Amino acid sequence: MYVRKGETLGLVGESGCGKTTTGRTVIRLYEPTAGDVVFDDPSLGKVSIPNLNRKQMAKVRQNMQIIFQDPFSSLDPRMTVGQIVGEPLVINRKLSAAARQDRIAELLEVVGLSPDYRSRYPHAFSGGQRQRIGIARALSLNPKLVVCDEPVSALDVSIQAQVLNLLADLQRKFDLTYLFIAHDLAVVENISDRVAVMYVGYVVEMASTGAIFQDPKHPYTEALLSAIPMPDPRQRRRPQKLPGEVPSPANPPTGCYFHPRCRYAQPICAVERPPLRDVGSQHWVACHFAEELTLRGISPVTDQALLPTMPERKPILKGDLPR
Amino acid sequence: MEETSADYIVSIQDLRVRFRTLLGISQAVDGVSLQIPRGKVLGVVGESGCGKSVTGLSILQIVPHRGEIESGRILFKESAEAASAELLAYDRYGPEMRAIRGNLISMIFQEPMTSLNPCYTIGDQVMEAVRLHSQDKTETKARALDILRKVEMPNPERILGTYPHQLSGGLRQRAMIAMALSCRPVLLIADEPTTALDVTTEAQILELMRQLQAEIGMSILFITHNMGVVAQMCDEVAVMYLGKVVEQASVDEIFYNPRHPYTISLLRSIPRVGGGQRGQLESIKGTVPDPYTRISGCPFHPRCPVCIEGVCDTVMPEVSQVSAADSHFVRCHLYASGPRHGGERTSRRHLARGQGTEKTFPDSGRISEADRRPRQGGGWH
Repeated sequence: MYVRKGETLGLVGESGCGKTTTGRTVIRLYEPTAGDVVFDDPSLGKVSIPNLNRKQMAKVRQNMQIIFQDPFSSLDPRMTVGQIVGEPLVINRKLSAAARQDRIAELLEVVGLSPDYRSRYPHAFSGGQRQRIGIARALSLNPKLVVCDEPVSALDVSIQAQVLNLLADLQRKFDLTYLFIAHDLAVVENISDRVAVMYVGYVVEMASTGAIFQDPKHPYTEALLSAIPMPDPRQRRRPQKLPGEVPSPANPPTGCYFHPRCRYAQPICAVERPPLRDVGSQHWVACHFAEELTLRGISPVTDQALLPTMPERKPILKGDLPR
Repeated sequence: MEETSADYIVSIQDLRVRFRTLLGISQAVDGVSLQIPRGKVLGVVGESGCGKSVTGLSILQIVPHRGEIESGRILFKESAEAASAELLAYDRYGPEMRAIRGNLISMIFQEPMTSLNPCYTIGDQVMEAVRLHSQDKTETKARALDILRKVEMPNPERILGTYPHQLSGGLRQRAMIAMALSCRPVLLIADEPTTALDVTTEAQILELMRQLQAEIGMSILFITHNMGVVAQMCDEVAVMYLGKVVEQASVDEIFYNPRHPYTISLLRSIPRVGGGQRGQLESIKGTVPDPYTRISGCPFHPRCPVCIEGVCDTVMPEVSQVSAADSHFVRCHLYASGPRHGGERTSRRHLARGQGTEKTFPDSGRISEADRRPRQGGGWH
């Protein structure tokens, strides 16, 4: 798969499908057993990440950062917020101590926290605020690529919206490229330009967000979309029956990994694994029958429950209230 | 919220639960009144820390250590004809409570891995409740097999002898449901039963719960923070914020005619599938305050976009009934039935998202029939 400069690629799939592993391998937190990751570094040009030596890697890694899922375990409880956010600057010997303090204050402000918080410890912050600290840390070296590994799944809905908006703002402001890993399809649709769907270690479909959601070409994507609980009580739907369980990657089925659960499976699916191929306008699908199948996507939101509007503020005098 | 004539299975009245901790007193539940209608699914939604789980735990009197049920009444009516029993009058370790817990009222917890005992087989754990509550000891194994089949466990004979770590998350949650249903409860308290699961597994579990609810005819108290799950599962919904029920109505009213600014903000802030890309999401400003601070007036006022200064920040709003027909209750000053605002309703405007067009509906209080899509009457399609 590929991520274009300045875009957000959403990476979705169920737990254990390898999306986090993919994200971590991209920035070489894991070593790949085979294959290549090519990164377009602003100063070194196109480099093969797994083949870089230590020194080169240290240089390249300044341009690729990660935001972790769990805002509680990804911040060291014994470091102050200032130390956490400033640590990448210290490691890479970027700025003088005084300039570093200014940069820390600037970063905290960018993510919507008060610079006065720099001397506090992570335990004093809520989940949403901690995630903002994690984002500030990721931005401290002005990276080009940020791997967002489920950055909002541990947050409450009202806070989730704040963090998603912040990520979108920062992308515009600093021209960032996101590899956005999530299992919540609504979140992915909201933030991504393109989406890649993974199943048991393979990308099974990759296309623009609209194409994935409205016109899926892989049966697994269809099943995934049909399982989303829609926030509309007048659209109660029975999800498509998906028999069985996600197979273990240690003991995968033959042929197409999805064939034992696929309702369109043909004999060939059990034998031959379909390659990921472009079926037109950059819509990549790994299915033998991508062209033949007509699959159901999600109807656009205009057909769904309308958004309620906030009532207007009313002047009420204290005397009017029942006592 | 008020005593109504409708048949209920559990009626919670003015429940207050607090936790004494080293950091101070946390009023987790602060005067909650709720009725769980018989044979229906009541959803309780809210963000973490709003007291929804503690409300569920209070019914069974299994509030964790340091938690203390201060006051309130929980009435339980086993059947429509039965007299109501006051659950809080029973000793939490006493025989009456033990006869109810796990038998007439049972519970499913959020995290299937931590709520199953890793040292016992699934069979042991499913049969435990049956052994405790049933007179006939010979039938326990048959009952366990039967219930495992009912929750659509593949190969139930084999599952009986397996340990929790050998099962996937979805199967574990099925085992939890089997345990909870093994004594055919009249009320099931489901505390975020699908939060730890993947979407496709979640959909399967919700489908299973729907089927079983229809089959056994039990009532469900469904605790969740996911508005999508609420819309798909519940008949009635109570929205909680900081230990208080701020709005309660039928699921259709909550989604199509919400009144409380918190409910409206919540519905506006969730990303929706099919909504297209990059719509700036509306967010609720600020965060849920920490549980040790007491907020004067309406608990939502510091975050409320339509907060009335001098009123909302000082006076706790009373519960008012928005519409008699749908028994829609809201706790907000905007709808207070004071002398000047009796029966007054604000104009309702619905915004079609993504279109940027705003449709204004007449102020008649109801959306005209032509604008409404046909109701599915709670059925599935």
